[in-house]
Amino acid sequence: MDICVCVKRVPGTGSTILLTDDGMNVDTRHLGFTIGPHEECAVEEAVQIVTAHGGSVTVLTAGPPEAEEQLRYALSLGADRGVLIDTGPEELDAEQTASALTQAIRQLESGGSRFDMLLFGNESADASHYQVGIRVACALELPMVGGVKGIQIDEAAGTLDLRRDAAGGIEVYRTPLPAAVAVAEGLNLPRYPSMRGRLRAMKARLDTVEVQLEPGGLRKRGLRRPAEQGSQTVMLGTGPEAADAVADVLEELGVV
Amino acid sequence: MTVLAIVEHDGGVPTAGSLQAVAVAAQVGGTGSAEAVAFGPGAELLRPRLVTAGVARLHVLEHDLLDDYSPETWGESLAQLVGQLRPDGVVAAGTDRGNELMAQAAARAGLPFAANCVAVDGGTGTSPAWQLTRARVGGLLYEDADLTASVKMLSLAAGVEVATAPSAADSHELPVEVFTPELPADFAYSRVVERAGHTTGVTLATAPVVVSGGRGVASAEGFAPLEELAELVGGAVGCSRVATNNGWRPHSDQVGQTGTRIAPDLYIACGISGATQHWVGCMNAKAILAINTDPEAPMVTRATYAVIGDVQDVLPAVIAAVRRRAGASTGRRPALT
Repeated sequence: MDICVCVKRVPGTGSTILLTDDGMNVDTRHLGFTIGPHEECAVEEAVQIVTAHGGSVTVLTAGPPEAEEQLRYALSLGADRGVLIDTGPEELDAEQTASALTQAIRQLESGGSRFDMLLFGNESADASHYQVGIRVACALELPMVGGVKGIQIDEAAGTLDLRRDAAGGIEVYRTPLPAAVAVAEGLNLPRYPSMRGRLRAMKARLDTVEVQLEPGGLRKRGLRRPAEQGSQTVMLGTGPEAADAVADVLEELGVV
Repeated sequence: MTVLAIVEHDGGVPTAGSLQAVAVAAQVGGTGSAEAVAFGPGAELLRPRLVTAGVARLHVLEHDLLDDYSPETWGESLAQLVGQLRPDGVVAAGTDRGNELMAQAAARAGLPFAANCVAVDGGTGTSPAWQLTRARVGGLLYEDADLTASVKMLSLAAGVEVATAPSAADSHELPVEVFTPELPADFAYSRVVERAGHTTGVTLATAPVVVSGGRGVASAEGFAPLEELAELVGGAVGCSRVATNNGWRPHSDQVGQTGTRIAPDLYIACGISGATQHWVGCMNAKAILAINTDPEAPMVTRATYAVIGDVQDVLPAVIAAVRRRAGASTGRRPALT
């Protein structure tokens, strides 16, 4: 199984989201960057699959040169190869991101060996476009299922069984390989990087790929925070002595 | 102008989100512009409901491969329909399936797609772009954007309020047009092989009260009083990402951006600091009670009610108080002897 996992450098989450002065981006001075929880699960799953079935894990990202940090993080979890598409500091739209990833995957596959599986996070933690994986899969003519929380491989039959939540239950899709899958948190519990993994990732050589991009049809004018209902918190007390005040509130709300 | 609305339905009963999509299509395009698109068996049963919602025409997609949902066959079919009708826009509910279907169709038709919009303003003669606002990060952040395309494809964020204008012309026949897409025999697609419902009972998504724990609960065993209180009030137990990542609770209990988003009558947040990724999952609760040792924790300052203290001290006292009152009210009943 040769697997390509696409990840994105996104701002870390704190208790509030601050914006830059021009309102075009999230202010990351105090937050740092990370890969989203869905994508962390995608990397973990790929590493587990390759450990069980053999093969290799390539991690691919489109973003600024600093996204190297996220590639090295994925390598520290056990991925074999990191590939950076340097697209500069500006945020890409969903069509550009998909185009960059598609072009890069074609270049990586130009030697004749195809990836058996492409893994994505279901949606990016910052832009939440819900479409990049699907666009890449369509361009490469691969079947694609999103929101996946369970992957079972039948190597003999060349199929995947993909479980996801559905309204009121679960559904399982069967899809031929090669295939693309967008996963959701809950698929597995990602490991913490080991010291050995971190050292290996620090020293690893990253590959770079160049692509040509055209702007897509959705153009960001700016970001803003929706108005919060600023209500004052009613303090019910401190410690066990507050229990009666809590019981009063429960009665008031009709829950007991 | 013609704007298509994707109508998800269960045997001819449209979902609430689909009716919002119809309302937005009518709002953006003007009277008589909204046309509905529906898949699968039973679509024609939608007619009476769609006529009163102001729909001018119903397009039904029919093919052997469309009877059960599959992202690729449905997406390809919608792309083909859009290619034939060339509408000004397509609107869908921003459900998991709605976003997946729209992304599939947009990718295949070579069109942009704006997911989870909270406001849409159709273009004017001078400015053909549609001005819209999208929810990012589960609605914690709004993006104002221009959508420029021959066909504008968008979905609506869950819970967007749309004014519906019921049609007076409920007597007219709703024209139905059947569209049969061309799906080649070697078309690679994924198909459903299993469906299973959850066991009945109180689920996290629908419980009226959710008692949720985070870092302050400190261990798997620490959730015992949370479970006791939840049972006492007919609620469900939830947790933050910290609790899942530490293996204290399964991921299915997780409330947040990457877990379940809930809107209970009361959310009791025990030892949860309230990082944005958690807040987005519970912010739609009608009331929030925070129990936390830190009076400055964002969950405390944003909550409706707060108790400052350790969960393991406060919850047993609350449980005792609730039991006492339940017992007292039983005691007030007239004796039967």
